[in-house]
Amino acid sequence: MSHPPHSTPLSSLAAGARDTLPMLVGAAPFGMIFGTLAATSPLAPWQGQLMSMSVFAGSSQFIAVGLVAGHAGLLVIWLTTFIVNLRHMLYAATLLPHVARLPARWRWALGFLMTDETFAVMNGYYSRHPEAPLGHWYFLGSGLAMYANWQAWTLVGLLFGAVFPRLQTLGLDFAMVATFIAIIVPQLTRLPHFGAALAAGTFAYLLKDLPYKLGLMSAVLIGVAVGLAVSRWRAGVTVQEERA
Amino acid sequence: MMDYTLMIIGMAVVTVAIKATIFVLGGRVVFPPLLQQALGFVPVTVLTAIIVPMVLAPHGAGLELTWRNPQLVAAIVAVLVCAATKRQLLTIVVALAVFFGWQFGVLQ
Repeated sequence: MSHPPHSTPLSSLAAGARDTLPMLVGAAPFGMIFGTLAATSPLAPWQGQLMSMSVFAGSSQFIAVGLVAGHAGLLVIWLTTFIVNLRHMLYAATLLPHVARLPARWRWALGFLMTDETFAVMNGYYSRHPEAPLGHWYFLGSGLAMYANWQAWTLVGLLFGAVFPRLQTLGLDFAMVATFIAIIVPQLTRLPHFGAALAAGTFAYLLKDLPYKLGLMSAVLIGVAVGLAVSRWRAGVTVQEERA
Repeated sequence: MMDYTLMIIGMAVVTVAIKATIFVLGGRVVFPPLLQQALGFVPVTVLTAIIVPMVLAPHGAGLELTWRNPQLVAAIVAVLVCAATKRQLLTIVVALAVFFGWQFGVLQ
């Protein structure tokens, strides 16, 4: 398909939002669980919404609420945010050729709106329409749809948590455990990721009493090192098999 | 007592810097391949490192490897459901049902 897929900025914007619809449905429960967790945490409800509005990166928001509950310090929370969100740089590097010639305000806006979901949508879109002149409007439509959706479901969760304040004493933080398991398990089919998770979990438990959440940081570093080592070992095995 | 507004502003500055740097600076930032590969392991290790202590020692003290630990029972069910079905929402719903059911049905 070489012809421009959408003729006006508005139709391109609408198409971006529409093609993100499955992602909106998928993100909704996570937004609501985040809002509920924030409402039953030491954060004020408006701070929960402020986090969704200004940070707009789901997994780091979950982790921050979890770290607050575990009495982590500011630097640990900021460093964890940095590490967890670093993957967005890879997304940006992948999409850069398509946005490099836009005005600066567009590049700031599209960068801010980048999420796992919008990256997936845009990666598919640009591979189908590499030369689309209105692709940035499509990008904006996808990003704004995710943003509005995330704000709305955060608010629903905050209201839910405010109506049922005793959710905390029921052990609602288990909702976070269940959510994380649902994210982790599908990745464990790859051996290096399995090794990385096993090492990180083991050391997180063994080192859990270190101060300033240093145990968490050490466990992540050890897990990543194990993942890299297993990848390298497997690559070596493959080369040997090819030689044999 | 931590200033949560400051915490959130700091998180936002860090995140916006990460997300927008490449788009704003253009191709002047290059990732070494090893760093790229390492980043691929970050989400799974961070999430696992957070939940494992919560599941194995929910009261922050010793290891609770027992059927009387509802976090552990529900987490095992969640792993099995997710591995068998690959459906995230179903996993979360079943895990929460087992967690609350275990607390109020089995243990009381």
